[in-house]
Formats: sequence, C-alpha cells, structure tokens
Amino acid sequence: MFKKIFLYSLITNFFFTKKIFAAESGGMPQLDPEFWISQIFWLVLTFGVLYIVLSKLILPKISANLELRKSQIQENIEAAEKQRESSEAKLKEFDGIILKSKIEAKNIFKDAREKVIKNINSKKEILDKQIDDEIKKAEVEIDTLKQSAPEKINKIAVVTSTEILKKLIGAEVNNSSISAIVDDLVKKNGDKYYGH
Amino acid sequence: MAANPMTQFEVYRIGPEIKVGAFDISFTNASLFMVISSLAILIIFNLGSKKNSILPNKIQLLAELSYSFVSKMISDTAGSKAKPYFSFIFSLFMFVLFCNMFGMIPYTFTVTSHIIVTFILAAFIFIGVTVIGFIKHGFGYLKLFVPSGVPIVLLPLIVVIEIISYLSRPISLSVRLFANMMAGHTMMKVFGGFVVSLGIVGGWLPLSFSVALTGLEILVAFLQAYVFAILTCIYLNDALNLHH
Repeated sequence: MFKKIFLYSLITNFFFTKKIFAAESGGMPQLDPEFWISQIFWLVLTFGVLYIVLSKLILPKISANLELRKSQIQENIEAAEKQRESSEAKLKEFDGIILKSKIEAKNIFKDAREKVIKNINSKKEILDKQIDDEIKKAEVEIDTLKQSAPEKINKIAVVTSTEILKKLIGAEVNNSSISAIVDDLVKKNGDKYYGH
Repeated sequence: MAANPMTQFEVYRIGPEIKVGAFDISFTNASLFMVISSLAILIIFNLGSKKNSILPNKIQLLAELSYSFVSKMISDTAGSKAKPYFSFIFSLFMFVLFCNMFGMIPYTFTVTSHIIVTFILAAFIFIGVTVIGFIKHGFGYLKLFVPSGVPIVLLPLIVVIEIISYLSRPISLSVRLFANMMAGHTMMKVFGGFVVSLGIVGGWLPLSFSVALTGLEILVAFLQAYVFAILTCIYLNDALNLHH
C-alpha cells in the first residue's frame, strides 16, 4: 500500500518536474544549437578583427607612447641632475668669489686705514713741529723780554727817583749818581727783585 | 513571457538569413553585441593611442593604464617569456570585459552568457596552449602530467588525475564564465520580476536587492574577465615554463 503510494507520488512528481522543465527548458536558449554556428562564425570574425587591429596597429602605438614617455622622463631627470650639478658648481664658484672679495675688501680697508693713520701722523708731526717752533720763538721772545726787563725797570726807577727827589727837595739831582745808586741796589738785591 | 528570466538569453536573427552551404551564419543579436564590443574597444584604444602627450588626457590614461595592467598581470603570472602573447591576452581580456559590461546595460544581450561562445574561446586557448607546449618542449611537455616527488605506487593514479584535470581545463574555463554571467543575469531578472509582481507596496525590497545586485554583477563582470585572462596566463605559464 505504502509502496504503491510512494511509487505513484514518485511518478507524478517526476511528471510534475518534467512539466516544469518543459515550461522552462524553452528558456535555456544556450543549449539550443540553432545559432551555434552563427555565433562561432561571428565570434571568430569579430575577435579576429579585434586581435589583428589591436596587435598590429593600436598596441604597438601605446607601447611606443609608454616607452617614449619613460625615456623622456628619464632624460629630463638626467638633465635636471646635470643642471643641479652645474648650479652647485656655480654656487661654489660664487661662494669663492664672495670670500675672495671679502678678503680684498678687508685688505683695502686695512690699507686705507693705514694710509689715513700715516697721513694723520705725518700731519700731526708737522703740526707738532710748528707748535714747537712757535713755543720756542715765544720762549726766546720772553727771554729777551726778561733780559731787557731789569734795564728798563732800572731806567724807570732812576727817572721816578729823580722826579720824586725833585718834588721833595726841589733840586736837580744828578742822574748819574741816582743810576749809580740803583745799579748798586740791583747788584746787591737783584736776585731778590728779579728772582735770578 | 517577460516574466521568464531566460528569454533575455534568446538569440534571434537581425536581418536576412545568411547561409553558407549547410551553415546558418545569420547576423543575430549576439553578433550585434560582439561587433559593438569590438568596435567600442577599438574606438577607445584608438583614441587613447592617437596623441602622445607627456601628460596624458583621460582616454589616453585609460588606454595606458589598461595596457600596463594587463602587461603586469602577464609578467606576474607567466613571466617574460609570455611577451609575444601579450596582444592575444589583452584582446581576450578586453573582449570578455566589454561583452560582460555591455550585458549590464538593460535590454542588451550578454554575449558571454552563451556556453558556445565561452567554450570556443576556452577551446582555442586550450589548443593553443597545448600546441605551444609541444612546440617549446617537444614530447617533454608530457612531463606536465608526471609531478616530481610522487611515490611510484601512486604515479598511475596521479597521472590519470593530472590528465583529467588538464583535459577539463577548457570546460571549467568556459563554464565558469558562462555560468557566472547567466546566473547573475537570471537572478537580476527574477528580482526585477518580483518588483513588478509585488507592485508599489512590496516592490521596494526586491528593488533594493536589484540595485545591490547590479553593483555585484558589475564586479562579477570585471572579475570574471580578469579570472578568464589570468587563467589563460597560468595555462600559458605551464606551457612556457615546465615546473613539474
């Protein structure tokens, strides 16, 4: 009994699924060989044309473009490297020039300073000499004045003494006697008067 | 009929029926999108390689980035010996990628969701890689099936397994791409159908799912193209540099 039902259900089931497959198998067009030859033909044609055009015309161009860019970039890098080196060398040269000119400037400054100092010294010497001369002249003058001073004072003393005597006594006194007295006094106390 | 999620994969004739002998090579919607994808690739990369400026414009940058992306992928997986096959792998990657991406636009046809297309590509790769292997290494290429350092007792079994895995490469390669594209587009169609059937009240949830799925599918479209190309590179690597 059970066996019969089982078998029956199996068969109906099989038919049922078969029915579904029948409905759907119209919808598995991939397995329908009607257009296989056409698909193969068109696949070979389109893919063949694609392959030939790509490999003969387009891909070599892209490859060349890439190579060209690579080499150009490499070249540019090398050129940049070269320029960098040359600019570094120039920078060094420039630094050397600056150093040299600094030293030169220092030397010039030193020379100028020395020259100026020399100039100043020589002028100073000349001036000193002039001043010394002037001082000497003045000293000489003072000396002569000093030397002539006692004589003049003596004269003044003689004259004033005669005048005073004239006024006091009212008589003429001999000039020569007074001058003799003055000379005598000077000889006695000259050092006291003139500090000699 | 529109509710059937498989109708989007139907191939139909555009224009007259063209027959060469017993073969029907009519222009179909699949052919149309193959042509559109190829033309789009050619136009974009032609524009991208036309002018060479030191500072590339947008389209040139796109072309050059794609170029270096594929170039790096190949040199990483297959080494420098794979350079002569660069153009092929580049075309393959771009073709699969553009077919996948054009399929993401609503009401378009996804070329790569058809097993016959992916299988022909995979079979061509398989045969090509095998031929390259035999040319480079002669019968020494058969050493690929004999891994070193395996006990003699296990050797017959291992060789059989290796041969089966080698022979299943085109199938796995083609089915992976085909199944991913078909499943993704079917799922989007199903969720889209839910939006319509649940209406303005309940349609928002499947709609948001649809939006998320679109993002996911765009990712899958790129990823599957990448996987397809990188597996090609790995197979090529096996053929160029015998490791076993």
